[in-house]
Amino acid sequence: MNRTPDAVVELQGGAVAIGGRPILRQIDLTVRSGEFVTLLGPNGSGKSTLIRALTGLRPLTHGSLALFGTPFASFRAWHRLGYVPQRASAASGVPASVTEVVSSGRLTRRKLLRPAGRADRAAVAAALDLVGLADRARDNVATLSGGQQQRVLIARALAGDPDLFFLDEPTAGVDLPNQHALADALAALARAGSTVVLVTHELGPLAPLVERTVVLRDGRVEYDGAPLDIHDAHGHHHLHPAQTEPDPGFVAPLDRDPHQDGEVST
Amino acid sequence: MIELLGYPFMQRALLAAFVTGLAAPVIGTYLVQRRLALLGDGMGHIAVTGVALGLWTGIAPTWTAVAVAIIGAITIEIIRDRGRTSADLALALLFYGGLAGGVMITGLAGQSGATLQRYLFGSITSISLTDIWFTLIISIAIVVVGVGLLPQLFTVAQDPDFAQVAGLRVRAYNLVIAVLAAVTVTVAMRTVGLLLVSALMIVPVAASQQLSRSFRATMAGGVVVGAGAGVGGLLISAYLSDAHALSVAPGPTIVMVALCCFVATWPIGLLQRRRQRLRAPFPETGTVEHEPAGAHPHEHGPGCGHLAVPHQDHVDYVHDGHRHAAHGAHYDEH
Repeated sequence: MNRTPDAVVELQGGAVAIGGRPILRQIDLTVRSGEFVTLLGPNGSGKSTLIRALTGLRPLTHGSLALFGTPFASFRAWHRLGYVPQRASAASGVPASVTEVVSSGRLTRRKLLRPAGRADRAAVAAALDLVGLADRARDNVATLSGGQQQRVLIARALAGDPDLFFLDEPTAGVDLPNQHALADALAALARAGSTVVLVTHELGPLAPLVERTVVLRDGRVEYDGAPLDIHDAHGHHHLHPAQTEPDPGFVAPLDRDPHQDGEVST
Repeated sequence: MIELLGYPFMQRALLAAFVTGLAAPVIGTYLVQRRLALLGDGMGHIAVTGVALGLWTGIAPTWTAVAVAIIGAITIEIIRDRGRTSADLALALLFYGGLAGGVMITGLAGQSGATLQRYLFGSITSISLTDIWFTLIISIAIVVVGVGLLPQLFTVAQDPDFAQVAGLRVRAYNLVIAVLAAVTVTVAMRTVGLLLVSALMIVPVAASQQLSRSFRATMAGGVVVGAGAGVGGLLISAYLSDAHALSVAPGPTIVMVALCCFVATWPIGLLQRRRQRLRAPFPETGTVEHEPAGAHPHEHGPGCGHLAVPHQDHVDYVHDGHRHAAHGAHYDEH
C-alpha cells in the first residue's frame, strides 16, 4: 500500500454493499492533513454511506481504510475524530441540557468512572463559545431551533479537540443566519489546521471554505478536484434523478436507525 | 398507626419501598430517553414465567425471575439490534408468551393463583429478612452502575452513531441497560408487583421531566419522586388498612402516588413550555412591508403587561394574536 506522507484518510478500492446490493464501488479517496473536502452528489449517490464507511459505522465489503496511517481495525485514537451525524434533532426522550449533550464529546478523552475535570469543562465552554451558543448552555436542547441544535452537535464534535472532522449534512434544514454561524465555526477550524470532510446538498455560505470537491454518482467517484462552479454541481444534482434514486422499499429496513429522527440518505 | 410502624415487617417494608423507589427511576430515565417506556412492562411479563418456574422447581422464585428476566432482556436487545421492522411484533410475542407461560406453569406446579398474585401485584409486607438484603444490595448496585456510567450510557442512548465513532462499545452499554432493567424488574417485583413494575421506573421520570431542563436533574427528580412515592404509598395503604379496616394493597397505592406527582407537575410543565415558545425570539427577516396596526389606544412599554419579545433591533409586543412594534406615533404589525 502506497502511503501518502501526510494523509489522514486513506481509502483504497473501498466498496460497501447493503443487503447484498452495492452502494459504493471502487472508491479511492485520500485526504491530506488540513484539507477541506466536500462530498457532493444526488440523493442515493452514496455520500452518507461513504462518510459512514470512513468513520467505521458501515463496514467495507472490499478495500482498505486507514486513518492517520493506522489500519482501521487497529485504530484507537478516537479523540482525533470529530463526527457530526446526520440528525434532524439533538433531542431524545428525556430533557438534556446543551452542556450535557456537548459534554458527550469529551468522552474520548475521559477515563471510565472519573468525573469531568476542569479541562473538560473548559473545553465544553470553548466549543459552545465557538458555535455562539454560550448563553444557551443550561437550556434544554429540545427548546432550541433546528439550526441551533445542529450547532450543538458541532460543538459536541469540537469538545473532544479532534483534528479530523466528518460532518454529514450539517446544513440540512438550517436557516440562513444559522448557516452563517456554522460557516464561521468551520472557518475557525480550517484556520486552526483541522481536516474537514463534509457531506452536503447545498454549500451555501460554506462555499468559500471548500478547497476540494468530490462528486459521487451511483456509488462511484465522478469528479475529484478543485471546487466546481455552483451551476455544475447543481447539474450533477438533478441530471439523472430516476437512475440514482435507491429503491426505498429495499434499502429502508436495512439502513434504518431507530435513534435517528431524520431521514437517512445513502 | 404509630404502633404499626413499630412492627419489624412494616420497617422492612418501608426500607424495601424506599430503596426500590430510589433505584427504579435511575434505570427508568434511560428507558424513557430511548423511548422504550413500555420495555419494563414487557420484562415484567417475561419475569412471570421466571417466578412460575421457581414455584414449579422449588428454587426461590426471586432467583429464577432474575435469570429469566435477564435472558429475556438479552433476547430483546438482540432483536432490537438486528433492527428488523418486525421487532415490535417479536417483542409482543415474547411478552404475551411470558405472561401466559407463567400462569400456565403455576397451574402445572399445582400452585394456586393466589401464590402467583403475590408476585403480580406485590407483597411488600410479607418480605423476609433475606429478601431485604437481596433488595438492598441489588438496589445499591443498580444506582452505582446507573449513576457511575452516566456519561457513557447517556451518550449511547442519545446518539449511538456518535458514541460508536467516539470509541464507545455501543452494544455492550445497551446490554448493560437491558440487564439492569431486568434486575430492576425483579427487585421491584416484591414492592409493586410484576404488572406494575414498569410504573415505578417510568412514572417518576415522567413527573420529573415536566419541570427539568437537564438529564441529571430529570434523574435526580425521578429518584426523589420514586422514593417518596414508595414510602408515601406504603404509609397511605397501611393507614387505610389499619384505620378503616380496608385491604388496600401497597403496590397499587405506591403507583397511584407517583401518578399523582405527575398529575401535579404536568400542568406546570405545560405552562412553562408554552411560555418558552411564546418568548422565543422572532426570526430575523428581510424588509417587512409597512403595515400599521388598526386603532390602538394602548401604549406599550416595559411593564405594560403584554409579552415583550426581542425582534432584531426592537421589541415586539404580543397580544391577542398580534405582534405590535412601535413606529413613530403608531404601531406596526410585525
